[in-house]
Amino acid sequence: MRVLLVDDEQELVETLAERLGIRGIEARWTTNGDAALELIDQEDFDLAVLDVKIPGINGINLHKMMKEKCPRMKFIFMTGHGSQDDFAAGSAETGVDYYLLKPVTIDELLHKMNELMNK
Amino acid sequence: MADHNSMGIASELQFFGKMTASISHEIKNVIAIINESAGLLEDYSLMAEKGIPVDPARLKTVSERISSQIKRADGITKNLNNLAHSVDEFHKSVGIKETLELAVGLAQRLADMRSITLELKPPSDLSTVITSPFHLQNLIWQILDFAMDVSGDGKTVGLTFETGKASVKIRFTGLEGLRGLSETAFPTEKEKVLLQVLRATIHEDVEAREINLILPKDMDQQSSANI
Repeated sequence: MRVLLVDDEQELVETLAERLGIRGIEARWTTNGDAALELIDQEDFDLAVLDVKIPGINGINLHKMMKEKCPRMKFIFMTGHGSQDDFAAGSAETGVDYYLLKPVTIDELLHKMNELMNK
Repeated sequence: MADHNSMGIASELQFFGKMTASISHEIKNVIAIINESAGLLEDYSLMAEKGIPVDPARLKTVSERISSQIKRADGITKNLNNLAHSVDEFHKSVGIKETLELAVGLAQRLADMRSITLELKPPSDLSTVITSPFHLQNLIWQILDFAMDVSGDGKTVGLTFETGKASVKIRFTGLEGLRGLSETAFPTEKEKVLLQVLRATIHEDVEAREINLILPKDMDQQSSANI
């Protein structure tokens, strides 16, 4: 599984990528939407984990643009705040597969990733 | 149209809500980084238990990361505390430099979201004004919000101040996209109410690409005057 992590908090995506790497998952990371779009032009990814609020192109628009470029790619949103109702409404609106609330546990993230890839 | 009083209260709550929401998002990010860093240390210890060598330099990096995030959280909560205490007194002597430092600290994340750099360049001047600290923070934010919209390709907003005899001029500089306040909806009624409360005035200098906020040194003693 190849994963792209996008969050403006570099230390967060860097650490998360290393932890996924330890578990045998190849993860690349970037801190902004433009770089994410460049990366998916150059490399293949199965799944992207996006922060909802990132500088420049926000996570919601970035998801739309990435989905257009890579229709088979799966998406998980990470967000700082929100309720299950917000997430349900957000999922219906954006078509994002999952929302996870920060701080995310690695087991929860892996579980959602595996669930998505096996869909 | 809402009267000035209800508009003022709504504006105050909106400002407070905007700032505290932004701060809570930032705190969540700090928690998330500390959480992942703690998880990574746990991963390293599990690896070591299995006999997989762990580079001590990696442990040091993670430990430094946690320390820097704790310092960051300390700064964020100090700003939150200062904002909370800004409503303690309606009239208070406040340092302009400290006021601008707090304003930039509060606006930093919102500026980052817009890919805009805030440059605080205060003089080594210990000027104070007697004012309403909370209303002043609110007004500075409203001007900063507009200034970021008109920062143009430079995507940088500078903040500095100059002290005159009876007033202090806070300058919002580097506004490459500024076309003149008369051509925009700014200041809106919201800012006009705040200007009235603080007995302050706002001026543009399109040629210099800046907006100036003129505050009286004592909002109870006199109206603002140009310096």
